[in-house]
Amino acid sequence: MPRTRIEIPDEIEHFSILDQEGNLDSGLEPNIADETLLQLYHYMLLGRRFDERLLSLQRQGRVGTFAPISGQEASQLGTAAVLRPSDWLVPAFRETAAELWRGRTMESVMLYFNGYSEGVEIPDERNDFPISVPVGSQILHAVGIAWASQYRGKDDVAMAFFGDGATSQGDFHEGLNFAGVFRIPVIFVCQNNQWAISLPRKKQTRSETLAQKAIAYGIKGIQVDGNDVLAVYAAASEAAQRARAGDGATFIECVTYRLSVHTTADDPKRYRTDEEVELWQQRDPIKRFQKYLVTKGLLSEEKVAAAETAVKEEIQAAVDRAEEQMKNPGDPLYMFEHAYAQMPPHLVEQKEYLARALSSQKKG
Amino acid sequence: MPKMTMVQALNLALRQEMDKDDRVIVLGEDVGLDGGVFRVTDGLYQQFSDKRVVDTPLAESAIVGMSIGMAAYGLRPVCEIQFSGFSYQAFHQLENHAARLRWRSRGRFSVPMVMRTPCSGGVRALEHHSESREAYYAHTPGLKMVIPSGPRNARALLVSAIRDPDPVIFYEPKSLYRAFREEVPEEEEAIPIGTSQLAREGSDVTLISYGSMMRPTLEAASLLKEKDGIEAEVVDLLTISPLDDSLFTASVRKTGRAVIVHEAPRSFGPGAEIVSKIMEKSFYYLEAPIARVTGFDVVVPLFNRENAYLPNADRILRETRQVLAA
Repeated sequence: MPRTRIEIPDEIEHFSILDQEGNLDSGLEPNIADETLLQLYHYMLLGRRFDERLLSLQRQGRVGTFAPISGQEASQLGTAAVLRPSDWLVPAFRETAAELWRGRTMESVMLYFNGYSEGVEIPDERNDFPISVPVGSQILHAVGIAWASQYRGKDDVAMAFFGDGATSQGDFHEGLNFAGVFRIPVIFVCQNNQWAISLPRKKQTRSETLAQKAIAYGIKGIQVDGNDVLAVYAAASEAAQRARAGDGATFIECVTYRLSVHTTADDPKRYRTDEEVELWQQRDPIKRFQKYLVTKGLLSEEKVAAAETAVKEEIQAAVDRAEEQMKNPGDPLYMFEHAYAQMPPHLVEQKEYLARALSSQKKG
Repeated sequence: MPKMTMVQALNLALRQEMDKDDRVIVLGEDVGLDGGVFRVTDGLYQQFSDKRVVDTPLAESAIVGMSIGMAAYGLRPVCEIQFSGFSYQAFHQLENHAARLRWRSRGRFSVPMVMRTPCSGGVRALEHHSESREAYYAHTPGLKMVIPSGPRNARALLVSAIRDPDPVIFYEPKSLYRAFREEVPEEEEAIPIGTSQLAREGSDVTLISYGSMMRPTLEAASLLKEKDGIEAEVVDLLTISPLDDSLFTASVRKTGRAVIVHEAPRSFGPGAEIVSKIMEKSFYYLEAPIARVTGFDVVVPLFNRENAYLPNADRILRETRQVLAA
C-alpha cells in the first residue's frame, strides 16, 4: 500500500487586537463593559506596582524570596477576568495579579513570601488553590476539579496556570491528554514568558508554537499576544464558553515576557541580554492598554495620575497592615495543625514535646 | 456469613460504599469493563456506569493528580494504581500535594482520596511487581498507610479508608488476594485506621507483623507452641501510619521479648521505627535484644529466587528462638 496523507487539523491561530503602540483592530474589539475595562486597568497597574514594591522590600530584607510578575499582567488578568466567583483558579507561582483579581489580599501575599503560613489562608467562598511550586504538577488538579464539576452537572470551569517550562513536564502531557479524553471543562493558560530561569523557550521544545501541542490531544489550542489584554480576554472568554457548553478544554498560549528576575534569587544578566529586555519593554502590556483607554475616552492624563496615586496608597496601606501583623510571629505549635483532619497520637506527643522545649528555652 | 477471598471482600467494600455515597468514584487503568487486572472492581462498571467507574488512560501521575482535584472539589475518589511498582510515577503528586493540601491551605481544602494498589511479592510476578515500599508512604507526613492481612480486615479497612477525610495509601498484598477465604459479614463493618489488632494471645514473646507476613508469623507462632511449648503473642499492625503502638507496647512490657517481621527491606524499614518505639517506651522491660526478620536490602530477585528473599515461618522461628534463648 502506498504512503498516504492523514488529514489532521494543522493550523493554529495567533490572536492579537491591540498592537504594541496601542492601535486597535476594531473588527476584533471584544465587547467589554467600561467598568470592567477600568477594573482590568486598575489591577494591571496594581499588579505592576505591587511587584515593584515587593522587589524593593525584598532587597531591603523585608520580604523573602518571591517570583515577580512584571510584564505578565495582561496574560494573568485577561484570563482570570472571565472566571465567575464559583469557578476554580489553579495557579502556579507567578500569578499574583490573577490572585489579587480573585480577591487575595496583598497582605496575604506578603505574609506568605515572608514565611507566614497565615498567608495561605483561603476564604471558604473562594475556590482558588494555593500557589503550586513543583512545576506543572498543578495542571492535573485542575483536570480533576473540572471533571468533578462536570460530574456534579455544574457549569463551573477550572483554570490552570503554568509557564513555558512546564510544557516539558510529564504532568502537562498527562493533564492535556486526560482533558481531551474526558472532554473536561478546563482552561489551560500557558504564560509563555520566554524563559524558564535560564533556559530560553527555543531550547524548551522544538515545536514552532506551544499552542500547537493542543492538536495532539484533540483539544482547541490558540496562541495570543499575551501582552494584549483584549486578545487574552477574548480568547479566554471563548475558552470559558466552550467549557461551559460542554465542548471541552482549551489550551491558551499567552506570548509574553518576564521583564524581571525569575525569583529574587536569580540574576538574569547571566543568560539574557539587556537589548532583549528593552525590546520587550516596548511591548509593555500596561502602556498599550492605557493608550487604548485614553483613545476610548475612559482615561486621561489626570485620571492616570490619580490611578497611580490610588494604587500607591492601596499598596502602602497593605504593606503597613502586613508589617503590623508580622510583628506577631504566631504560635510555632501551629505547624502541627491541619496535618490531618484529626491530630494522630504521635503528633500530639510531638506537639507537646515542642511546647515543653520552647517553654524551657524561654526560661533559659 | 458468606466466605470470601480478599478480592471479593474488597469488591464488597467498594460496592457498598458506592451504593451509599455518590461522591465515591473509582478510577484507574482497566478498572471498568475489565474489572481491574485482579478483578477487585469487577461488576462495578456494570452497576454504576462509566460515570462513576472511570477507565483512565495509562498515566499514574494523572490518575493520582486528578484524584486530588476531584477530592478537593468534594468527591471521594478511590483510584487504583495497577501495581505498587508503578506508583512512583505518581509519587510527587502524593508527596507534594495529596499529603499537604490540607496543611497548605490551612484546612480550606482536603484530599479525602484512597490510592489502592497491589503490593509485595510471592506470586511469581515480573520485575517491578513485587516490592513492599510502605516505608516511603509512612515516612510522608500527611498520608496514612494501611495494609490488611486478610479478607475480613481488608473489607473493614477499605470502608474506613474511603470514609477517611485524609489521603490513604491502601496496600493490597497480592499474595493474599486469593490465598484463603474468610467469613465476611454482609452488614457494615469498619476497622478504624490507626488501630492494630491482637491476632494471637501469648505471654512469652511478642511477634509484630502485618500484611502478607501475618500468615508465616502465625504459622511460626503455632510451631513455637507445638514444638517448644512457647506462647507467642502476635500483633497485626494493619495501619503502618499513623502507627498504633499501644498493643505492642503492652505486649512487650508483658513478654520482655519482641520479633518484628516484614517483607519490606530491612534498613530504614517499618521495623526500625517499631524498635525505636520499643526503646522509647519499653526498654526497661526488655529481657533480650529485639530481632527483625525482613526482606533484604536488595532488589526483589526475579521469581526463581524470590522464595529465598521472602521471610518465612522457618526464619521467624529461628530468630524467635534466639530471642527466647538470650
